[in-house]
Amino acid sequence: MMMSPPEASDSRDRGGPQQPLLTVTGMRKHFPIRSGILGRVSAHVRAVDGVSFTVRKGETLGIVGESGCGKSTVARLLMRLLNPDAGEQIFDGDAVGEQGGISVAQMRRQVQMVFQDSASSLNPRMPVQNSVAFAPIAFGMPKAEALGMAQDLLAKVGLNPGLFGGRYPHELSGGQKQRINIARALALSPRMVILDEAVSALDKSVEAQVLNLLQALKRELNLTYVFISHDLGVVRWISDRVMVMYLGEIVEIGPADAIYIGPKHPYTRALLASRPALDPDQRRLEAPVSGDPPNPINPPSGCRFHTRCPYAEPVCGAHAPALGDATQFGHLAACHMQDPGSGHTAAGRPLPPVTH
Amino acid sequence: MTEALVEVTDLSVNFVSREANVCAVNGVSFTMMPGEVMCMLGESGSGKSVTMRALMRLLPARRSVITGGIRIAGQDVQAMDDRSLRRMRGSTVSMIFQEPMTAFDPVVRVGDQIAEVVALHRGVSHKAGRQRALDLFDLVRIPSAQRRLDAYPHELSGGLRQRAMIALALSCEPKLLLADEPTTALDATVQIQVLILLRSLQQEMGMSVIFVTHDLGVAAEIADRVAVMYAGRVVETGPVRDLLRNPLHPYTAGLLASTVHDQPRDRDLETIPGAPPDMRNLPPGCSFAPRCPKVGSDCMVGMPPPVSPVPGRIARCLRVSAPETEFA
Repeated sequence: MMMSPPEASDSRDRGGPQQPLLTVTGMRKHFPIRSGILGRVSAHVRAVDGVSFTVRKGETLGIVGESGCGKSTVARLLMRLLNPDAGEQIFDGDAVGEQGGISVAQMRRQVQMVFQDSASSLNPRMPVQNSVAFAPIAFGMPKAEALGMAQDLLAKVGLNPGLFGGRYPHELSGGQKQRINIARALALSPRMVILDEAVSALDKSVEAQVLNLLQALKRELNLTYVFISHDLGVVRWISDRVMVMYLGEIVEIGPADAIYIGPKHPYTRALLASRPALDPDQRRLEAPVSGDPPNPINPPSGCRFHTRCPYAEPVCGAHAPALGDATQFGHLAACHMQDPGSGHTAAGRPLPPVTH
Repeated sequence: MTEALVEVTDLSVNFVSREANVCAVNGVSFTMMPGEVMCMLGESGSGKSVTMRALMRLLPARRSVITGGIRIAGQDVQAMDDRSLRRMRGSTVSMIFQEPMTAFDPVVRVGDQIAEVVALHRGVSHKAGRQRALDLFDLVRIPSAQRRLDAYPHELSGGLRQRAMIALALSCEPKLLLADEPTTALDATVQIQVLILLRSLQQEMGMSVIFVTHDLGVAAEIADRVAVMYAGRVVETGPVRDLLRNPLHPYTAGLLASTVHDQPRDRDLETIPGAPPDMRNLPPGCSFAPRCPKVGSDCMVGMPPPVSPVPGRIARCLRVSAPETEFA
């Protein structure tokens, strides 16, 4: 058995359980849009625009939001598949990629990622057990030992190594391929796994199997997850805390139950109220908000949700509401109605309950 | 008594190639009354989209072997020649797809595309077609409709594009609308808008809708009746309320139980073990038997015949016995 047991991963624990595993402050990524024959930068997609949060050791932080909200960009920034324009990333007390901190390569040994598309993230010309063993070999493990470990990992994710290890990706179903991707992410015994829509492409009956597997692995290997999804039901089930994003910003963050039972931001409320009811007698008669999310190239001024918000007032277009200190673990929402001094007429008043 | 709008009897579709013979649809039968909304619910590969395409005769003629009967509005779809097919598509039956970007011509303004369809089917001028397109854009609640008529598909947001596609599909007032996962690619806040729109349009225009989805919640929002598909067969049909509250077939029950919807977090989710069968090589007997909690040796012998324990509900399962069986 080559997997390092939880005690071994504890030996890498530097700051103790109270120190967050990951702290992100002011992370920003703008993608330039080039146009014309000279390729001049004409605009920017403000994909992630000043995002700060923390992930505690052993917890699952869920990130939800609609397409274009920047949740996948956050995942890629955390892995440094993209370089941030600004911001600081501290992994267990060490600044990533900075003097006196740890290098990106050192961080990646401890942080791994699983992507949505299980097929395109595996090498089609490599047996799956070799894909799983690839990273340990690259980090210097002897090949035979790495393959043995890969087989142990296949068993751990519920695939018979003798039956599946030598197969190629096209010989596996979507759910099996995603199990391989999970095994590969675990091959370096990471402390944190970023799951970017990892179950979204799976059928419902298979999705539940993979979710159970993820929870079991988390308990067994003492993992910390960042779980990104557009599926609110799945995020609630798996997450300890939830972060809601809209157009590159965090609009609300807090403990999962607090967010689902008492959402504070009108956007979170609209998202929750947009879920189909699963009961034909409680069909939605009116959509909670109208229109599509705006383009992140030119996001609205002030609060970015004010163009769709049922409670919007002039102050919302004029000033951007502050979220507060998101590196703390409370329940925060970036909304003028949450701030008694903001000048919004409904500030400080309780919101009606979300019906569903 | 009103006549059924759609009658499908024992429809089978095989895709034949040199390497394999894929049995995508294996004996699907259903009837639909005018004004009814039926959801075809199933996972990927269950044959729901192939069934839709067979109704429109959109499957590649040379590689697909289609048997069984399809009658829509009294006409035999299988026997139609190209001319009558062209007349049927759009005016009797029309279809919307998951990804409207691929359904529109990317280099023609959306207003002109709708006008073209109207002009062709109704024999009116292009100008009259544009006027009709404007009315349709208002009907599907596209804001600033006049300006949006001149937009190219890529200039519209996902939600507006799907609305434009609905406008195109409804341009000739079809009796039957086939909707193949039209909200799956949309964001949550937009999906509910499109579902509510489709529901109100269906009621205003009185058309029938077959709505293909893999999402139980979507079915609960829009369907009168649900047909659950598994491995190319309809394993259960019934009114949406009864089916969701009291599923008959073990697959439907498993699907309901494994859908993540506010379950307690400290417990594992209920799952259906295993994976859907290989459509190139279906097991004999009930295709769900290898994953079924109620399986017995009798399940492997032949596909269970449809039984109807309650009027209006049908399940293909040996564990569902004829009248008066209650399943919790």
